[in-house]
Amino acid sequence: MTSAFGSAPVGRGDPVSTPARPTRPSAARAPRKRWARAGGTGWLFVLPAVVMYAAFVLRPLVLTIQYSFYNWNGIGVARWAGLDNYLTVFTDSDLLKIIGNALVLIVFFSFVPVALGLLVASLVRRITTGAFGTVVRTVLFLPQVIPLVAAGIAWSWLLSSNGLINQLLRAVGLGGVARAWLGDFDTALPAVGVIGAWVLLGLCTILLVTGMSKIDPALYEAARLDGAGPIREFFAVTLPSLRQEIGVCLTVTIIAALASFDIVYISTSGGPGLQTTVPGLEIYRLAFSQRQVGLASALAVVLMLLVLLCVLPIQRLTRGDKS
Amino acid sequence: MATPLARFSRRTALLAPVLALGLAATACSAPGADESPRAGSDAAVSTELGSDPITLEMYAETGFPLAKALADEFTKQHPNVKFNIREDQFTVIVENAPRVMASDNSPDIIRLPTMVDLVKDDLLKNLDPYFTAYGWDKFPASQLVQLRVGEGGTTRGTGSLWGMGLGYSVTGVFYNKKLAEQVGMTQPPATIAEFEQLLAKAKTAGVQPIMQFNKNTAGINFPHQALQNQFGDPAQVADWIFQKPGATFDTPAALKATQTIQKWAQAGYFPKDANALDYASMVGEFQKNNGLFMFNGDWESANLDKTMPGNVGFFLFPSESAGGKHVAMSAPNTFGISAKAKNPDAAAFFLNWAHTNPTAREIAVKIGGSSPGGPSDLAVPAAAPNTVLAETLKASQQLGEENGAVDFTANATGGIFAAAITPEMQKLIAGQQTPEGYVKAVQAEYAKELSR
Repeated sequence: MTSAFGSAPVGRGDPVSTPARPTRPSAARAPRKRWARAGGTGWLFVLPAVVMYAAFVLRPLVLTIQYSFYNWNGIGVARWAGLDNYLTVFTDSDLLKIIGNALVLIVFFSFVPVALGLLVASLVRRITTGAFGTVVRTVLFLPQVIPLVAAGIAWSWLLSSNGLINQLLRAVGLGGVARAWLGDFDTALPAVGVIGAWVLLGLCTILLVTGMSKIDPALYEAARLDGAGPIREFFAVTLPSLRQEIGVCLTVTIIAALASFDIVYISTSGGPGLQTTVPGLEIYRLAFSQRQVGLASALAVVLMLLVLLCVLPIQRLTRGDKS
Repeated sequence: MATPLARFSRRTALLAPVLALGLAATACSAPGADESPRAGSDAAVSTELGSDPITLEMYAETGFPLAKALADEFTKQHPNVKFNIREDQFTVIVENAPRVMASDNSPDIIRLPTMVDLVKDDLLKNLDPYFTAYGWDKFPASQLVQLRVGEGGTTRGTGSLWGMGLGYSVTGVFYNKKLAEQVGMTQPPATIAEFEQLLAKAKTAGVQPIMQFNKNTAGINFPHQALQNQFGDPAQVADWIFQKPGATFDTPAALKATQTIQKWAQAGYFPKDANALDYASMVGEFQKNNGLFMFNGDWESANLDKTMPGNVGFFLFPSESAGGKHVAMSAPNTFGISAKAKNPDAAAFFLNWAHTNPTAREIAVKIGGSSPGGPSDLAVPAAAPNTVLAETLKASQQLGEENGAVDFTANATGGIFAAAITPEMQKLIAGQQTPEGYVKAVQAEYAKELSR
């Protein structure tokens, strides 16, 4: 058990397990040396982390999987349910719609911030040095610092029927378009998506700007000498060099989309109808307000698999041929 | 360096035995409690508080100052009893109550969400012995009927007593007096038809007829149930809420109520952005004179008296024909005693005191804004004249005399409000659901929950 727990975090590059310096053979020290060569000291160093990881990540994970096979209200007697909960997740039209909502949010939480982030990063790349650059980076990163709950509240004011956005629309004569963006069946999900895009744009931009600063300027010079314009330069030099950063951005933002909770909970509570209900919110409701711990756990397991299903191919695509 | 795929499979290979081991370690025992014998309800109880210093642990609701005010007064009268009060939002209590009560630090007195599950899980103390010892049979039976649950957590409305109210709330319609004048309303409507005429008049006059929230939880369920109570036998509604066998939501009364709500929504009687309005925004808008009517409860009376003094009135929702019986959602602010309470006798003493002590009853009215309940021969303390608090208190007494109190349909099961009523009501007023579909969807969720 311990070795299985430990190997994952230690694995590569364990400094202690590198061949030991030749020392004088000594009978008394031999066992200790063997112990050290086997990585014993290393194990000792990672032990606190392993214990925490096992107690707060692996144990809940295993328990969630276990709960998903039961019908349980969280307190009383649990009844074995087999795969019933999973069957419900995959056949209940409401739950399928909820999973679908999360997939739609990927467009807003992930594709939009990455695309816009690339654009903004290319524009600010040249001014990343100096005081102005710092200001730009700080401003772009600010949404990341604001608690999501505060962002959700502020945006629900902006998007309310008398909020700033509708006031602006009315001011420019587009009063006909004005509506309660978060309360309207057609616009609620995109409106939630916009909030997510706003939050995550800063993170993506900063990652991409940092990535761009590492690109060898000689590449740009060479491209320019070959007669490439800014657009050609972007596609031929910038984009390929940012493969890893884009991979990180996509991974982080897709997880944010699939596991979204705070923004949705604050801005719409999943309404109107089930229009903006996402798996995270539904898991919480099923477990704590409807007390269906089993079904909630099954949905959580499915959500975890869905995250892996979306993220692993990206990891492979963006890092694949570096080896 | 290994390829990501290889790394992944190595990780998987490592993870698999971990998960397997974990499963093996836990799978032998199912989660949750073992079947245990139910606690007997005939244990001897005492109505003596004694003089030993004790601390009562109370778990109460944020934004409900009555509990703390009563506790403070109690300590003043009985200095040996101190209170340790933990507060949370009501929705948080709903989520936490079972786990908190199952823990070793279970509170003595706790604000209760729906009781049925708690009774089923043996987490609540049966109050029948106290009922006898304190003579609570002198209270009007209707006052405590919602707090009764059949043995083993079956039907509500009959069986043993499991809680008491710290204040008994009544709901109805608040109205803005200035706007009422503007619309030409001289007195509260006596029939539903008159009420609808006022809605139409307000609309024509450019006044928002009803200010009602429908985000997070369906506030429009208030007017819906007000109509449903009147369109059929309210006992039918009560049976459904109390989970009597065979009770259904799919009734002509519920359908007619839903059709009326749809009609009102189409006529623009509800705010256009109701689905984006939460409770606090609704109250805020009403206070800003944006709305002639607001369906709400007397817990808001004291606040409205403060923010718009002299400008708010209240009436019980009218019946179909003039002079008909009033029916209104009315519920105790339920508090129960935990099965694991360390001082159950003192907790019961406190609950009895809150209903019968003159100062406590006055606090219930002044701070809680609602009727203190208690024996019918005790007078209800008066509120200041010309306040909406005085009007809601009067309405509460009137409702008691007419025996017209029913619980909220939202309390029928633990999940009905969040899982069916709220999303379906949001769809209904946005034209995404038909009245027939609404009634059937609510009943389907109800049946699903009861079958578990």
